[in-house]
Amino acid sequence: MPDSFFTASPEWRWWIVFYFFVGGIAGGAFAIAALLRLFGREVDRPLSRLGYYIAFPGSIISGILLIADLKRPERFWHMLIQSETFAPAFKWWSPISVGSWGLLLFGLFSFLAFVGALAEVGILPRGLQALVQGGLGAAVNVLGGISGFFLAGYTGVLLSTTNRPLWSDTVWLGLLFLLSGFSTGAALLILLSWRQNPPALAWLKELDAWVLGLELVVLIVLLATVGMAVLRPVLFNAWGVLLVVGVVLVGILVPGLLHYRPLLGRLTVPGAALLVLVGGFVLRVVMLLSSEAA
Amino acid sequence: MAEPMGFFTDTSVCIGCKACEVACKAWNQLPARNGGKVPLTGQSYDNTVELSGIQWRHVKFIEQFSPDRSSGRWLMMSDVCKHCVQAGCLEVCPTGAIIRTEFDTVVIQSDVCNGCRACIAACPFGVIEINPETNTAMKCTLCYDRMQAGMVPACAQACPTHSIQFGPISELRQHAEARLAQLQAQGVTQARLYGHDESILGGLNSFYLLLDDPEVYGLPSNPQLPSRNVAPSAGLSAAGAVALGLLGLAGLRKRRMDQLAAEAREQQEGDGSHAG
Ligand code: SF4
Repeated sequence: MPDSFFTASPEWRWWIVFYFFVGGIAGGAFAIAALLRLFGREVDRPLSRLGYYIAFPGSIISGILLIADLKRPERFWHMLIQSETFAPAFKWWSPISVGSWGLLLFGLFSFLAFVGALAEVGILPRGLQALVQGGLGAAVNVLGGISGFFLAGYTGVLLSTTNRPLWSDTVWLGLLFLLSGFSTGAALLILLSWRQNPPALAWLKELDAWVLGLELVVLIVLLATVGMAVLRPVLFNAWGVLLVVGVVLVGILVPGLLHYRPLLGRLTVPGAALLVLVGGFVLRVVMLLSSEAA
Repeated sequence: MAEPMGFFTDTSVCIGCKACEVACKAWNQLPARNGGKVPLTGQSYDNTVELSGIQWRHVKFIEQFSPDRSSGRWLMMSDVCKHCVQAGCLEVCPTGAIIRTEFDTVVIQSDVCNGCRACIAACPFGVIEINPETNTAMKCTLCYDRMQAGMVPACAQACPTHSIQFGPISELRQHAEARLAQLQAQGVTQARLYGHDESILGGLNSFYLLLDDPEVYGLPSNPQLPSRNVAPSAGLSAAGAVALGLLGLAGLRKRRMDQLAAEAREQQEGDGSHAG
């Protein structure tokens, strides 16, 4: 029996599934918005604002979900501050520690960008536009984009930094979650903007199709590296069926096909985006709960 | 720092009386399972089942019988936290609740733990669980409070057969080697030590003499630290983030090129129509 089967389950269940999903979307959406802001044109601004509108609430929801999952939620601050000395608590080799700081930083930058976006559309004083424009705006976008990528990807690294079945038997989960976070972030942007047909929509769809392809490759590599001794008890069951149907078919292959063939008429674009979101969610469900059930 | 202290558990003399479990529960004031109405497992003579947040010692019964039950063998092993020299639980704990003491043992501070459960997934031996009364992660402390007062941990004190021996690690290692040699001289060739040297997680400060493969006792043969995966998996993710950024940029650049080409074409057409 592989060594990972002698361990106990941390019972990370639905709160964490939703956190991984929401955090991935928030991080991915901000990274895309930052790319557009830094390297796109003026006409792309509404789409990048949409990214900021997704990212900041996403970071808040992420924090709430994480706190709700703690057995002692009132002690959530122990993640950041040592309860005895009140000195900062930081362990670079502990993904939960790094992730707590990463989420805090992402929350900060996505908040700044959110405020800047509201200023751009005239809801907040115009002066605050500087948060997403010019030199300061570039800094907010670069730092927020990096922390967005981090948020989408570290969750998989966190799972691998254990001794549990499947999670610790691979080093590809971080990359897989990063790709999935990026593609679900892109999908939500598409879903919320396709009616306005923004100039960057074609770019976004193309990008999403590429990322889905990469995701499929990484998923296959991941499963190949895990090995039969782990796959058989963990995924050769209903979870494996859900992975093939819910993630590979519904979340990757069908949206990929829809990218090249508009089989759903005018609903092709939002339909494909919706399926990508469903697939991204099912991916988190399967990767988390199949190991917990083993 | 005081001398490293720990347990040597000689499973060959364990009789499965579970006195250690009882002593541990009594000293550490741990509640009974299921409000004291402990259901029978129906599968085994062992009805306390596993280590948990309220059960820091557990005597495993390994019951191996032939299908007609005409022949069989019992193995017993009092299981506990291994107080690893390189401890996975301590490594991942984000709050600093898990500490290494002056006796080189590993202790969870209940007033610091916030119940994130990273340590549960990190321990290679499945030792830690949440105590439902405190809602914090709990496990054996090697009776840190008793040790500070110069006392022997409750389980070792209660063990009637000296299966659980407590003392300085260096002495325990000598006892273990001598006992192993004795058993092997008696023809018990399957006897072996587990965790007595640095080959397993830098050494287990609670180590064992076993009478069969570790897996038979529910112990991993090659336990590892969770951090082994951090660098490769973070590296792959970082590379992926760079690749995604470049992919996005390439797309934006292509869009710009297409647009410039279209503008140039329009311009040309415009010029052509003027000329015509
Ligand atoms: S056996 Fe598990 S709980 Fe005990 S020190 Fe080692 S990793 Fe920590």
